[in-house]
Amino acid sequence: MDNLTMAAKPGTSGGTARSQFGKRLWAQRYLMILTLPAVIWLIIFHYVPMYGIIIAFEEYNPVQGFTFSPWVGLANFKELFIDPSFLDSVVNTFKISFLKLLFGFPAPILLAIMLNELRAQRLKKIVQSLSYLPYFISWVFVVGFMYTLLDPRTGALSGLLQWLGLISQEQLLMGDPKTFTTLVVVSEVWKNIGWNSIIFLAAIASIDPQLYEAATVDGAGRFRKIWHVTLPAIKPTVVILLILNVGGLVNANFDQLFLMKNSMTQDQANVLSIYSYEMGLVLGRFSYGTAVGLFQSVVAFLLMLGANYSSRKITNESLF
Amino acid sequence: MNAVHRTTGEKLFDAANVVLLVLLAFVTLYPFYNILITSLNDPADAARGGITFWPRVLSFENYKMVLQDESLINAFVVTVLRTIAGTATAVLFTAAFSYGVSKPELLGRKLFLILAIITMYFSGGLIPQYLLIAQYLHLKGSFLAYILPNLFSVFNALIMITFFRGIPKEMEESAKVDGAHELTIFWRLVLPVSKPVLATIALYNAVFHWNSWFDAMLYGGESLRTLQQILMQIISSNSNVSLMASNLGMKAVTAESVKLATMVITTLPIVFSYPFLQKYFVKGIMIGSVKG
Repeated sequence: MDNLTMAAKPGTSGGTARSQFGKRLWAQRYLMILTLPAVIWLIIFHYVPMYGIIIAFEEYNPVQGFTFSPWVGLANFKELFIDPSFLDSVVNTFKISFLKLLFGFPAPILLAIMLNELRAQRLKKIVQSLSYLPYFISWVFVVGFMYTLLDPRTGALSGLLQWLGLISQEQLLMGDPKTFTTLVVVSEVWKNIGWNSIIFLAAIASIDPQLYEAATVDGAGRFRKIWHVTLPAIKPTVVILLILNVGGLVNANFDQLFLMKNSMTQDQANVLSIYSYEMGLVLGRFSYGTAVGLFQSVVAFLLMLGANYSSRKITNESLF
Repeated sequence: MNAVHRTTGEKLFDAANVVLLVLLAFVTLYPFYNILITSLNDPADAARGGITFWPRVLSFENYKMVLQDESLINAFVVTVLRTIAGTATAVLFTAAFSYGVSKPELLGRKLFLILAIITMYFSGGLIPQYLLIAQYLHLKGSFLAYILPNLFSVFNALIMITFFRGIPKEMEESAKVDGAHELTIFWRLVLPVSKPVLATIALYNAVFHWNSWFDAMLYGGESLRTLQQILMQIISSNSNVSLMASNLGMKAVTAESVKLATMVITTLPIVFSYPFLQKYFVKGIMIGSVKG
């Protein structure tokens, strides 16, 4: 109920104002019944865990809880910055995320442009609908078929790659530290290229056809139209999504890496979110794991601010 | 675009474009197809490899083996139940909030919205969330651990708010004149006319619940295992088997059979319903992006 009082305008504490507020509240009682449960839910399931971050500065134990566990200040962070596994996980996170951004970000833009240039409308529709499908399939399934398709003896894709001479007969792609990161990037692109193209297709669809007609009159061919009409028109969308993606540079997909890692590739799969999970929930070092998580959130936020700032300076487009 | 005169370069471009996009469609579909045909092949024969475009020895052995497995049947029931219960409650819960804050006159409306939007940028992270659910709310081992933490989604709420704002005011006002209050209006009037957006959000939620395994691993326990969790366990134990010993013994053959058939069974519902559902998915992201 405190929230409601806070929402009242300051300086309206006179008797009539208060009763007016009460009247308005009473008139909205049914709307409040609809709205407040979710507000309470937000407080319990989001704001309590946000408060729980405090344990990164404590030595958490379940009996004393978030508030009363012994305070240790920056001790967890001091340990963190000399922990070689943590430093590895920082490097791996940036490496994987950067490669995902490098290949995974332009791919859907390219797909959207290619679909837009397609003359056969039926084919366009079919390819478009098919390309969304992998987005709805779980990573469990994706990693499952990767093991099957890449099995060195029986896998269809391994067979193709061996036939092309790209890999040797016994090369075990899913258990090879050298190919791990490539597979992470390729499977990520496979899964998300279609879904991520939707937003660019929508941006392209909203381009005024007159711009293309004018370009045609000026004698522009297909490539020049793509370069001078399509790309400038979708630039704001591209920039905003790029900012959001840079903010996600430290979030290297937990599900995917957790499922893809095995005894041979666990060093490559050790990224911040996995390290936080393993420290906190596997080893039960709740405070230490939370410190890793907090580090990750802070860096993500700073990266997003940085990307937003430089984009505003360079292109005049920004998220906020 | 006019198709009157195309230069040779443009014709080449068009041809290459068609070829590449058809290739993309193939690459998208083939993994599903490969898993399907291999699962329909005799397991011992499949271990010889070389199954690329059709089953060599057609057999339902894999499915027979899997469908006798009680833990899988139990997981199927758990997954269906959590998908139905989780979707219905989340749609209703999110819709109620969204309807409330779609009313400009609601007291505290701005505050509620800000409280919601902040959570899109900041979160407590995995471990505090785990401690809340496991140690404060004592939901470990309870079916509610699948439902309560997923009741609400800010992203879905924003899509719904955009939709509710577009409903003509006259409809609700005439109902008010007839003496109906907001709960009745919400239930009898707003929800029925909002079927398209409710369907979209329901589908997002259903896919999420159907595909979930991590929360099941953290909170579920033995009797509440989900399909994807079982599949995940099979895959990770298989990966170790095949990494350790590449000379496939009978044990590895069986493990691979169970994996393939389980993969098909867990993914079939999504693939089959996909042609009918995909237009709703896309509609949702469009409404959402118009707002953003």
